[in-house]
Amino acid sequence: MRLAMTYTRLRTEERLLLDAFEGQGIDVDPIDLRSAVFDPADAGDWRRYDAVLDRSVSLTATLTAVRVLEGLGVRCINPLSAVEACSDKLATTIALLRAGVPTPAVRVATGVESGLVAIEAIGYPAVLKPTVGSWGRLVARVNDRDAAEALLEHRATLGSAQQGVFYVQEHIDKPDRDIRVFVVGGEPVAAIVRHSAHWVTNTARGATAEGLELTDALRSIARRSAKAVGADLVAVDLLECPRRGLLVNELNHSMEFRNSITTTGVDIPGLIARYAASIADTLRAREAASA
Amino acid sequence: MLETTTPPALCPECDAEIRFARPPLNGEIAHCSACSAELEVTCTQPIRLELAPEVEEDWGE
Repeated sequence: MRLAMTYTRLRTEERLLLDAFEGQGIDVDPIDLRSAVFDPADAGDWRRYDAVLDRSVSLTATLTAVRVLEGLGVRCINPLSAVEACSDKLATTIALLRAGVPTPAVRVATGVESGLVAIEAIGYPAVLKPTVGSWGRLVARVNDRDAAEALLEHRATLGSAQQGVFYVQEHIDKPDRDIRVFVVGGEPVAAIVRHSAHWVTNTARGATAEGLELTDALRSIARRSAKAVGADLVAVDLLECPRRGLLVNELNHSMEFRNSITTTGVDIPGLIARYAASIADTLRAREAASA
Repeated sequence: MLETTTPPALCPECDAEIRFARPPLNGEIAHCSACSAELEVTCTQPIRLELAPEVEEDWGE
């Protein structure tokens, strides 16, 4: 069995994963995607890998690599469809709605005037997000029409074409916290709660995290979310709505976990390494049986 | 980082010595305890460090 782990920056998470593979006696080749050249017609050296765990911090690099590798028949963790569904908030919303997983109401528009209509359809306060983005970047709470008009004009004028997609989400009047559930191999393995006095409860924006017991309700909605997008590995971000209960806010296909190992007492990188190896082992055994 | 047999590299920002617990890989992120700069390993033989790039639009989870 042979595994590769692709990356573009070897952060703490990737180092922890390499340590976990080594600790479990699993051979893994770390591959910097920035130095890779792909031939979509020939798997070449990639043929020797039973599975590839992608850990690129760049979504563009991930989509490029996973698209080519899957086209060549290489099993990627996560699969392309899961990356696509998690990395674009509109695609996430559609996947969750199709699967009947509760999520905040959303309106989408691609024009400034229709964007304003979308915001007013959701009602104030609304949350305006880029469809592609992470770590709470450019997420804005829109409290009134004046703010809405200014934000829409600024995004349309100053932003990229992608910023011209106005994804408007219902603002959930949650407690000063949100919940993240880590899913490995379709199964919830740990949860944290993130506290912040700011309405954006993202640790990248200064929120603090502590471990949270996995309840049946958390397990159920996290499991259904992972299944909705076909993800092997996913972090499910949840909001507690006073009226509707748990709602899935976002899904993260390349989860960060450096601050969640001690807080939860769960060896998340160890579980990911074991899962990736099990996928590779299964595929290797299947190939041997069919040979 | 920790004391090892891996030769130290110099911080490109303040010239402080950066030590590695094990041989680093290309793209590995390091931090300078002297000036707090976030650094990236851009060459492993010999080890060369550059300031890590700012977060780009498509970076994330």
